[in-house]
Amino acid sequence: MIEQTYMGQRRRPDPSLDEARLRQQAIGVKLRQMFDQVVNEPVPDEFLDILKRADEKRADRD
Amino acid sequence: MTTSQNAAPSKPQADPAQEAAFKRELVQLIPHLRAFARTLAGDAASADDLAQDAMLKAWDARASYQMGTNMKAWTFMILRNQFYSEKRRSWRQTQLDQEAAERTLVAVDDPQAPIALDELRLGLAMLPAEQREALVLVGAGGFAYEEAAEICGCAVGTVKSRVSRARKALAVVLEGGDYDRDGRPAGDAMRAILADAERVSTVR
Repeated sequence: MIEQTYMGQRRRPDPSLDEARLRQQAIGVKLRQMFDQVVNEPVPDEFLDILKRADEKRADRD
Repeated sequence: MTTSQNAAPSKPQADPAQEAAFKRELVQLIPHLRAFARTLAGDAASADDLAQDAMLKAWDARASYQMGTNMKAWTFMILRNQFYSEKRRSWRQTQLDQEAAERTLVAVDDPQAPIALDELRLGLAMLPAEQREALVLVGAGGFAYEEAAEICGCAVGTVKSRVSRARKALAVVLEGGDYDRDGRPAGDAMRAILADAERVSTVR
């Protein structure tokens, strides 16, 4: 709440704080980009094969 | 067997439709499991081994999963537990943890990867494992603090402070050039990240 009042009074309280926030945002963007890079890689067939085999094994048991 | 409500809780019945739905959802989570594994394991290959083990574990435990709850968090928790139980079995791996983390995070298969991303990987690798994990879950995995806490088996406040410490440490590392990379002036990584983030965020 104190922060809100503070922010309301002065939109840009301290340039170095602003810069720190900007840096953190930038790191956040990069972090997601790094993660998403792997998420967007094509999934090796092995994964689906393994899952398929596990599913078939269950079906056989039934 | 029409409704799962009739099933005795101690012996869950396999409902084919539900199992198919579970499998579909699990398949969609594979890329995310791979990405999370990549931030934990020693290299891309062992990360995939870990992700495959976690996927199979999740499949085997499907009866204990409650449809409609957060399956992503559930599978991430399985993957994380798998990683740490394997790690506990091997003291050597624990010793090599730091080294291994640096190798993985650096070992990207993409030679075109922008420098800034490399630096971020190095910076991440320098963080203590629990800080790195918290930051990855919250900052990249898209989990709320509460979900990350559940995945890591710790208090929400603990996750919050880990993420906050990780962010600060990462900024210091990136600005100070306090990483092992020869010849690059300090602050370059941060500049590159700032420039790149601007580019990326306008694209999104």
